[in-house]
Amino acid sequence: MTKKEAKMIDKDGVRADGRKPDELRPTKIEVGVLNNADGSAYIEQGKNKILAAVYGPHEVHPKHLALPHRSRLRCRYHMAPFSVDERKSPAPSRREVELSKVIREALEPSIFLEYYPRTSIDLFIEVLQAHGGTRCAGITVASLALADAGIPMRDLTAACAAGKVEGQLVLDLTDQEDKKGEADVPLAYMPNLDAVTLLQMDGQLTLEEFEKTISLSLEGCKQLYLLQKEALKVKYVAVKEDIEE
Amino acid sequence: MPTFYENRQLVTPGDLLAEGNYVAGENTFKEEGKLYASCVGMVEYSERRVNVVALKAFYTPKVGDTVIGKVTDVTMGGWIIDIDAPYPSLLRASDVMERSYRPQKDELTSIYDVGDLLIAKIVSYDRTRDPLLTVREPGLGKITRGQIVEITPTKIPRVIGRKGSMISIIKSETGCHVLLGQNGTVLVRGKTPEEERLAIMAIRKIESESHTSGLTNRVTEMLKKEKEGESKND
Repeated sequence: MTKKEAKMIDKDGVRADGRKPDELRPTKIEVGVLNNADGSAYIEQGKNKILAAVYGPHEVHPKHLALPHRSRLRCRYHMAPFSVDERKSPAPSRREVELSKVIREALEPSIFLEYYPRTSIDLFIEVLQAHGGTRCAGITVASLALADAGIPMRDLTAACAAGKVEGQLVLDLTDQEDKKGEADVPLAYMPNLDAVTLLQMDGQLTLEEFEKTISLSLEGCKQLYLLQKEALKVKYVAVKEDIEE
Repeated sequence: MPTFYENRQLVTPGDLLAEGNYVAGENTFKEEGKLYASCVGMVEYSERRVNVVALKAFYTPKVGDTVIGKVTDVTMGGWIIDIDAPYPSLLRASDVMERSYRPQKDELTSIYDVGDLLIAKIVSYDRTRDPLLTVREPGLGKITRGQIVEITPTKIPRVIGRKGSMISIIKSETGCHVLLGQNGTVLVRGKTPEEERLAIMAIRKIESESHTSGLTNRVTEMLKKEKEGESKND
């Protein structure tokens, strides 16, 4: 062990990767990247690289899983073996199974599932490169993939974490900040409906800090939401501009 | 009653479209007096109604629609047809036969087999039952010739055009017979493969540029130019 660990935040409040405490990682989103899926999207948030694909609504297999009153959303969050430093076994781990569940529950309220009874919507989130906050980035892309598939939704869902690192409240934690920091609060949010669909906390915060953390991640979600909307429109705007030239 | 977008402006799910006494049309929903979009598409405001024309969608069956589907299975009493909808649809053997259907004697595969393409009409469909098809009308039945193009079903009205202006241009310029399935599957039948290629090109262009204006003129232009290019090559 080194005697003195490098500080995560310097005395001017600048983080290890040069960000301010309330700044998101640089984010790039693309919609409709896969031809064979009904809907798809890709996000790069800092060093995170995540692909999402949607199939459906279609018939449920096996048939007994079909629900008579609504569509079934099935979600698989999966990390590629090469997504982390040490090879990860491709078999779904306990963590991935749990994340699949919380992501599904974060997205379900945004979809009009009751429009398509006896069907299923299959969602695949593949983490190609992980660097902290993949569940949130996963929700952000998955929501876009659903919109790209033409599935009717109440709102897009954006997700983003905030937490406490070296006594400071910061937005959008990286892997190191998450591991060495004191607390991490992932949150998913539908901005137009002003509804939170996922809220977790790992670590300890005072009530006051907790409230501040939440308002920090809500701001982050709103910024991501704008990026999501732009990503959905950009394809069509490009065609239109081409013609008008 | 304020509205928040211009007519034919691009919207995404969750966008607040209007407030007050409007009726929620296609791809919109109302919550506490506020009207939101539920799909990526273009808003259309009319007197009392707000619609969003989706730019990417899947087909939802509707009674009375003519659709083009593929036979995916032959069962005891009929066929299962894939019409690109969330639900598989059924075609009953008794619908096709002139006389009553006898399961012991009649061989269904000799009428339609797996992989055959059919033009059919939806006779019944609701949330609890899969769509039921019929081929008992003139113009319906097995497709024997032509080429298939698949487009987003919401763009079918654009291919037809106002009072059929677009489709008649494609037909007259290419000499092809064009049959539109409401499920987004289009059958193009021409005298030569070249004619069919032209018509398919036009349909693809309409699909990718459906949200722009002046499309009819651009399609006519493109078809004329392509035809000139062809005659020079000859």
